[in-house]
Amino acid sequence: MLQGWVIVAVSLAYLGVLFAIATFGDRRAEAGRSIIANPWTYALSLAVYCTTWTFYGSVGRAASSGIGFLPVYLGPTLMVALWWLVLRKIIRISKAYRITSIADLVASRYGKSQLLGGLVTVIAVVGVIPYISLQLKAISGSFSILLRYPSVVMPGGGTDSPPFHDHAFYIAIALAAFTILFGTRHLDVTERHEGLVAAIAFESLVKLLAFLAVGAFVTYGVYGGVGDIFRRAAESPRLRELASAAGAGGSWGNWILLTLLSMLSVMFLPRQFQISVVENVDEDHLRKAIWLFPLYLLLINLFVLPVALGGLMIFADGQVDADTFVLTLPMARRAEGLALFAYLGGLSAGTGMVIVETIALSTMVCNDLVMPVLLRMRSLRLNERRDVSRLLVSIRRLAIVLILFLGYLYFRMAGEAYALVAIGLISFAAVAQFAPAILGGIYWRRATRAGAFAGLLAGFAAWAYTLALPSIARSGWLSAAFVEEGPFGIALLRPQQLFGLTGLDGTSHALFWSLLANVGLYVGVSLWTNPRPEELRQAALFVDVLERTAAPERTRVGPGRASAADLLPVIGRFLGPGRAREAFLAYARRRGVGTIDELRADADVVQFAETQLAGAIGSASARVIVSSVVKEEPPGLDEVMDILDEATQVRAYSRQLEQKQRELETATAELRAANARLQELDRLKDEFMSTVTHELRTPLTSIRAVSEILLDSPEIAPEERERFLAIIVKETERLTRLINQTLDMAKIESGSAEWHTAELDVQEIVREAVDATSQLFREKGVALSVRTAGPLPPVRGDRDRLMQVLINLLSNAVKFCPPTAGRVEVRAEMAAGAVRVDVEDNGPGIPARDHEAIFERFKRLAVDGQPAGSGLGLAISRRIVEHLGGRLWVDSDVGRGSIFSFALPLETPAPAGDGVPARIAG
Amino acid sequence: MGRADATGQRLAAIFMMGCVLLNHPIASLFSRPVDLGGIPLPYAYVFFAWGLVIALMAWVVERPRD
Repeated sequence: MLQGWVIVAVSLAYLGVLFAIATFGDRRAEAGRSIIANPWTYALSLAVYCTTWTFYGSVGRAASSGIGFLPVYLGPTLMVALWWLVLRKIIRISKAYRITSIADLVASRYGKSQLLGGLVTVIAVVGVIPYISLQLKAISGSFSILLRYPSVVMPGGGTDSPPFHDHAFYIAIALAAFTILFGTRHLDVTERHEGLVAAIAFESLVKLLAFLAVGAFVTYGVYGGVGDIFRRAAESPRLRELASAAGAGGSWGNWILLTLLSMLSVMFLPRQFQISVVENVDEDHLRKAIWLFPLYLLLINLFVLPVALGGLMIFADGQVDADTFVLTLPMARRAEGLALFAYLGGLSAGTGMVIVETIALSTMVCNDLVMPVLLRMRSLRLNERRDVSRLLVSIRRLAIVLILFLGYLYFRMAGEAYALVAIGLISFAAVAQFAPAILGGIYWRRATRAGAFAGLLAGFAAWAYTLALPSIARSGWLSAAFVEEGPFGIALLRPQQLFGLTGLDGTSHALFWSLLANVGLYVGVSLWTNPRPEELRQAALFVDVLERTAAPERTRVGPGRASAADLLPVIGRFLGPGRAREAFLAYARRRGVGTIDELRADADVVQFAETQLAGAIGSASARVIVSSVVKEEPPGLDEVMDILDEATQVRAYSRQLEQKQRELETATAELRAANARLQELDRLKDEFMSTVTHELRTPLTSIRAVSEILLDSPEIAPEERERFLAIIVKETERLTRLINQTLDMAKIESGSAEWHTAELDVQEIVREAVDATSQLFREKGVALSVRTAGPLPPVRGDRDRLMQVLINLLSNAVKFCPPTAGRVEVRAEMAAGAVRVDVEDNGPGIPARDHEAIFERFKRLAVDGQPAGSGLGLAISRRIVEHLGGRLWVDSDVGRGSIFSFALPLETPAPAGDGVPARIAG
Repeated sequence: MGRADATGQRLAAIFMMGCVLLNHPIASLFSRPVDLGGIPLPYAYVFFAWGLVIALMAWVVERPRD
């Protein structure tokens, strides 16, 4: 039997356990052995994202729209993938500049603006209140239901009763008390809440286990497994459709919208910011959280659809609200312990959210809303009070009570009219308004305070008009005609069809208009206003935070100068004198001096003091306080330019480095190529040397052999002697020719050959060459004919060299012609703007593969099996012709004779004087 | 530095892949009344793709650092 006092006792006991964990966590933190300094706790505490919305509401959503409950978890899963880029930067910024809340972040980015911080706070409080009321609704609902155990009765109609008969009222009070105990136990308000994070991580574990227990119970205890549930559900057409239609209960547009909305919410909900950024111990914990947190989301959603289907089948009469299935299913099956566990799971989900959210909001309210106002009231003389830290804590406690009271109020006004998820979406849409100002702020330098202010204000106004007002109107507190017909009956201004826009559901409609107004004004106003110096300074600090903090202890440009002795009392008022003294001492030691008095009065001290204070009361207020002590020197243009210059320089250096590196790579490649070329040349040189040596050795060998015979045989016959001497002479001539040609070749190749250019008549040269070689032809009996086509225009060239080419070609032709049957024809004619000379023979011909090789040095073709000639003639000839701007080639095939041809252009480009060749092939 | 950059870019790529897999029109390809071992196809698909994204992210961030 679950009696009221049992439930209350269990609830209180559970909260007691949480409190114990928190105390333990704080003790360990003080002792320097933090229990939350590990990625697992961090990931679990992030699961504060899963509130009663998830615990109860997902099943309710699934019961009406199938897997339509999922985008709210898919969005965060996707967003987490970008955390490495985005959240890491925000964490770095918050750590470096002691940011303690979203309001502080925005205010600080746009030049420590109090106005902006206040606006963000108002949006956050107003926007999140529906979300808090959702928790109250769920917790009080589950409490009321469990109270009626074993019968399953919906609470209903509770809002008509006076508050002191309403469970939600007492729950709100209990939660306020508990949150105050939790979040503001310490007087030193700068502390991070280590114990709190430990408790939240524990709560995440409890709600996950509770949900999995209920899911397993329904799936495997009540039914025969997942397959069984779906099979039975398929018997009802409605359930069948529910289970199998993706994105059902709405369009895909809705699906995408919810994904987007939850992506933004998981970063910018105040409690998510508190846990993921402010309470983050080590940036590296993100690494594990990136997959653990989505895994948690997946696990807690695994049984949602089976539970929803099971509930719809068991409570087929529709009397039971699907939002309560997680609790009512175990109750219906008389699983008393499990029902209690489920209730505790819901309590975990709800309390976790409320505690962290209200603490985050109360910090904002205190630092960015109340303190700036109090500081302005000179009559309070806040600056002169001995210790203000007690006042700070009181303000925060009051804020917590107020926020919970507002949540309760909203619950009484509008809570009954909506399902859990619908209420939550109102808050999601509100915090989505922070996205442009924050994301823009950390990447876009040009964004200005005016732009951020205009964007936020417009987005918030659009949200309030299109989403918040209708939700209140729906509860009857506002005339329904306002929503139905528009204010003053102007249809164009109907909140849910603004300017006649239809076809979107309420949340999509609101999100569209609010983000449009927000982003539009943010960008537009930013571009048309000029940032002030202090905005530029903060922009540089934020946008370049990763570069700046990579090199720690970078001197930051301070706002003014003051001595530590002046600053200490001021900081002491807010942090408590003892803590302030400790902090300054630690700072002094870091600066390398022993006492506070030795600290130099410079900008760094002021910066340090301001940062310390920012942790307690927010950057904007800290600014005001410190500047009241410091002889303020407004950030001069020089300082701002310094910061900007620094950033620009870093970028310029890195660009230069890249440039240098590229140049180096190019140079290396060139060197490598040159080296390869040198090696190739070296190889060619060696080859040439060995060939030449070999060529020289052949005649030398025969000269030596013959000479030795002559030396050894004095009695040799005179005619024999003569024959031997003739051999010596012939071989010596051959040697001389070889050496001459090698030298000739070397001269041409090195460019030191002499050229005597003049206008030449090719026909005349042909005639002379034929005359010079006619003896050879006669000896071998080869017929030689010359055919010229009329007079040819003159060409420019070196007469002797051209002769040399022709004689070489002619003597080759003779050499390869068969004796007596041989025929050689020389033709000279005009062809394609050049004078062309052909020398055709009817020798054995040259196979096509040798057509290029024969022009290489020492490549010879055999005549009757014997190599003929020095092997340099054609190589020299080709170089000569090329030097004269023409070309030399062969057309031939085996058994068809050969035609050696060269063509000289009419307008031979004058070879550059004597010596420097225009182009000499190697 | 290079390593951290690569991690960020890989995760961003997974983000884009996830956006495509878990949205219209890819996800709607599986929006048909078919069962997969007793489990409706769209339900099975979304959880499969979801798990895949998580597994990829775990792989990218947890690989031993070189």
